[in-house]
Amino acid sequence: MARALMNFLDPQAIALGVEAQDNEAVIRLLAGKLEALGYVKGSYADAVVKREATMPTGLPLGYALNVAIPHTDPEHVLKPGIALAVLEQPVNFANMEDPDEAVPVGFVFLLAINDKDKQIDMLQEIMDTIQSEAALASLRNAKTIEDIAAVIG
Amino acid sequence: MAKQKTVLFACGTGVATSTAVNAAVTEAMKARGLTFNAMQCKATEVPSLADSVDLVVSTTPISASVTVPVIKGLAFLTGIGKDKALDDIEAELRK
Repeated sequence: MARALMNFLDPQAIALGVEAQDNEAVIRLLAGKLEALGYVKGSYADAVVKREATMPTGLPLGYALNVAIPHTDPEHVLKPGIALAVLEQPVNFANMEDPDEAVPVGFVFLLAINDKDKQIDMLQEIMDTIQSEAALASLRNAKTIEDIAAVIG
Repeated sequence: MAKQKTVLFACGTGVATSTAVNAAVTEAMKARGLTFNAMQCKATEVPSLADSVDLVVSTTPISASVTVPVIKGLAFLTGIGKDKALDDIEAELRK
């Protein structure tokens, strides 16, 4: 299990039990947190929403609740980090590989990436986490940030 | 020994998922005794760069105009079909 992911995940950028109408609402909620915490510029939220519309980030994992990893170009990012939303009800994201296909998503990892050579560890930790159905199930059951840290801390 | 092949890793931004896929493929090929030159770019840049590479691995759809082999990289993000994708990449690198 990707216990080091918590190194990159700001506890103040974690939202549990999120009720959202659509993927844009989730992206804007998390982008607002990253902006308030100084990770991204004010232009970031719009840039992510725009990119998601043309180049989506839903990852079909074969689970009932899948994962999306929205992000955008480095120019909107001030420092690297991750925000996480665990959704109360799934929302659809389009499939990264096939934008015509909807993927029901229960976990959104919003990525702030500005230097590919320095963020390989962060990306690998995310991949390890999402490829573990047990880790995602634990995130789903988490009630507090401490519960989250126990899963991916 | 054959000339080292060049693999172009592509994704929407050229910095996020292509980085993760590049790292995963480099590690797995090393374990299979293969090395290659790696490049990364945005999906939109693939048509202009494809002529100078041997293989494209992309997490997003690539223009049909690209004539070099394209392997889907989503398997390295989801874990589903990863061994098959690695076998396909190995076969291209050994050509």
